[in-house]
Amino acid sequence: MADETIDGHAAGNGDLSLVKTGHEPGHEPGRERLREPDDAPKRAPARRAAARRGPLTYVLRLIVIAYLFFLIAWPLYLVGQNAFKDGFGAMRDVLTDADTVDALLLTVQIAAISVVLNTVFGVGISLLLVRYDFPGKRVLNALLDMPLSVSPIVVGLALTLVYNGRSGWFGPALEDAGFQIIFAVPGMVLATTFIALPLVIREVVPVLEEVGDDQEQAARSLGAGAFTTFRRITLPAIKWGVVYGVVLSLARALGEFGAVKVVSGNVLGSTRTATLAVEEKYLNFDKDGAYATSFLLALVAVAAVIVVSIFKPKGKR
Amino acid sequence: MTSTTLTPAGRSARKRRPARTGHPLTRGSAIGLGVATMWFSLLVLIPLAAVAATAAGSGWDSFSRALSNDATASAIRLTVLMALAVTAVNVVMGTLIAWVLVRDRFPGQRVIEVVIDVPFALPTIVAGLVLLSLYGPTSPLGVDVAGTRLSVFLAFLFVTTPFVVRSVQPVLAELDRDAEEAAASLGASRFTVFRRIILPSLIPAIAAGATLSFARAVGEYGSLVLLSGNLPMRTEVASVRILSSIENDNPDNAAAVAVILLAISLVVIVVVDVLQRRMVRRG
Repeated sequence: MADETIDGHAAGNGDLSLVKTGHEPGHEPGRERLREPDDAPKRAPARRAAARRGPLTYVLRLIVIAYLFFLIAWPLYLVGQNAFKDGFGAMRDVLTDADTVDALLLTVQIAAISVVLNTVFGVGISLLLVRYDFPGKRVLNALLDMPLSVSPIVVGLALTLVYNGRSGWFGPALEDAGFQIIFAVPGMVLATTFIALPLVIREVVPVLEEVGDDQEQAARSLGAGAFTTFRRITLPAIKWGVVYGVVLSLARALGEFGAVKVVSGNVLGSTRTATLAVEEKYLNFDKDGAYATSFLLALVAVAAVIVVSIFKPKGKR
Repeated sequence: MTSTTLTPAGRSARKRRPARTGHPLTRGSAIGLGVATMWFSLLVLIPLAAVAATAAGSGWDSFSRALSNDATASAIRLTVLMALAVTAVNVVMGTLIAWVLVRDRFPGQRVIEVVIDVPFALPTIVAGLVLLSLYGPTSPLGVDVAGTRLSVFLAFLFVTTPFVVRSVQPVLAELDRDAEEAAASLGASRFTVFRRIILPSLIPAIAAGATLSFARAVGEYGSLVLLSGNLPMRTEVASVRILSSIENDNPDNAAAVAVILLAISLVVIVVVDVLQRRMVRRG
């Protein structure tokens, strides 16, 4: 299942990079020549505009638009409307409330750390998976996708069972050494990192597969060291894959709720994140505050999606 | 910080033929693999193993006790039924959306592309609030599903929308149109062309998307907190049960329910895979 998804991405990217090469931000002239012989036969003849257009086309179009409008677009718009129904008052209250500001800052810090961890790990493991052979590679590949299908609550439970200071597998030893993980920021970082773990890998692996390693080989044979090769050849080639992965992980990390809720203990001011603040405000009948905080979070999420969609058009001209 | 050790290092790699399959590990990359595997184990594998071990450690008792608790059994039933229903809707609507995005051209299509990805990036608690603003007590439509079982369905549907679309879309875009045109020129109706030519090639992608959306729905928590009210025996889902076990300091029970959910997910993944193979073979 995991393989299919990754293959699907790879196929999509392959098509796209040929069609779009000229305008692609990360485009390098040398790459296109290398890829063309592989991809050219796959390309469908460019006559899709000639498709038959009956009334069915318009019916389907209408169904899709209506469905997405009622399920996603309109509700999303209403959050913005509710956040600003009394002008900027609610937003100003939220942004001047010390507890909420603390929560927002903590969220940003946790997200930043977990994105850095996931980016380093993700790029490294992608290189290993694509460029090297080792026993257990298939198993590792399958396991790496797992965090996407595990319930956030189970993630929190899993981390608590291992790292809690009272009865965890490693927790008491770590606590004796002075590290508290659960009910503290490190645990929240772990939880956030866990749930966003596969996102960078899923973006980088198809790109690495697509660019091949001819240029890396050439650089190496001309005497470049491993680090120079990575910095000058590999990194520029996978730059956009990394950027999409980072943007998606960031959006995910900023918005994590369930896993963080389990491991945080929700201590006001010290382990309360923005999403936990939304829940608390809403349950405490501060609906305006909840809507205003949600609006900020939704803004980041929508911005992330727009950034990715602008720089990475999928299968379009 | 470890990226230097993770990059290809050493000289042995240089001598090999540039093959797409990959090189044997060099010393530097082996260290990198070790570090990465250790991190992955500490973060993901050991904690998940701890869930399984905790559930197994208290034996069959904990499973039967968890399942014989009415509220827990009802939560698991609700979760699985709703996840199946939502997956069925996603299979149809997701394929339809992917179809419209790939085969149709109209202004504003980019907006739809963005809208589809929003549920994936939106914080789940915000997703719940978002749905509550249209389908809650203050609904401008006058539809209030908050606190009903329909709200569970709605929340699952919202968070799982992107999966089938995003797995079908690239496959559909790559599909060769020649066979379709040949079939059409031989007199096949559009429906026949879709059923006999297009659908068989899409089925693996649809199955992959369906599996993802089922797994996501079964574990969903955040979007339900504000929307469903979490009423035991009525709108409480399995994740909420697990959380309340954790909060009541009963990790054995929490782990048992988590493992049951995991087992159900596995069964569904296997069933979907078998179905998909059979349908592709029948073509």
